[in-house]
Amino acid sequence: MEITISIITGLMILGALYAIHAKDLLSAVIACGIVGYGLVICFLLLKAPDLAIVQIVVETISLIIMVAVVLDSSREELFSKPDAQGYVSSVTAILLVVVLFYFFKISIETLDAFGHGTLRMAANYIEGATAKTGSANLVTGVIFDFRGYDTLGEATVLITAVLGVLTILRIKGKK
Amino acid sequence: MKGMTLIVKKTTQLIAGLIFLYGIYVIIHGHLTPGGGFAGGVLIAGSFILLILANGSDFMKLTKEETGSTIYENLAILVAVFLAVSGMIFGAKIFFLNWLPKGTPGELVSAGMLPLYNIFIGIEVAASILSIFLALVIFKEEMSE
Repeated sequence: MEITISIITGLMILGALYAIHAKDLLSAVIACGIVGYGLVICFLLLKAPDLAIVQIVVETISLIIMVAVVLDSSREELFSKPDAQGYVSSVTAILLVVVLFYFFKISIETLDAFGHGTLRMAANYIEGATAKTGSANLVTGVIFDFRGYDTLGEATVLITAVLGVLTILRIKGKK
Repeated sequence: MKGMTLIVKKTTQLIAGLIFLYGIYVIIHGHLTPGGGFAGGVLIAGSFILLILANGSDFMKLTKEETGSTIYENLAILVAVFLAVSGMIFGAKIFFLNWLPKGTPGELVSAGMLPLYNIFIGIEVAASILSIFLALVIFKEEMSE
């Protein structure tokens, strides 16, 4: 299963790279879809159907909105030659990746093997969650009971995003 | 935005209701099967977006719909917060307390407050996504008038 996930992750990286370099913006948007739907397959392989459902629905809706926006534009990306600042930025980015990879390599040795063992807090959630919350679906029990504050925060973030979109996009004032 | 052909219009009219019902199913069974408020809410918003895309933006009075969806969104999050506060009034005075009777796990009416949270979060998510889509459609047409 790790090999399958590695192959899908490689495809997702290829899609993301193509999305950056595509000349036509529509093909860039479609290539972004590879990343989202690849993530859906990864979630299904890792036995997380709740996340997979949310991801596939949100990905489809956002893809539709992006395509509708791109079809209204000129569909061409404006390329520009990198200047001195651009070279400095890319060198900084490469250095950052190397440093992050080094610390990731150190920290991964202290973790459990892939798919084995649970964290101390997660073990407490799994043990007797159905008796504590009464919900047959463990995920709903966690996000609305044990982690209710998180869900309230998520809903607040969503409503703030909508208020921001309505405020910025409205051109004529409301009477 | 212009509408599409007759075939697309008829097909979406047939399908949109089924998608809406499926969204309601995913929300209501959120505490039994995978899914829940977030996934079902986006599904419900998807059925409206399908209709708007197929029929064009002048078919329905979209401005009124935007007002309605904004109101629903704000009311739903308000009710969710009131449900959370109700845990401080009844029972052990804890925010987000699950104070309703739990019932037997696996039945449709069980799990206390969780289905109520699912329903109102679902309404909120559906109205939010629809509001963002409507904002992208309406305000551009206001400019071209």
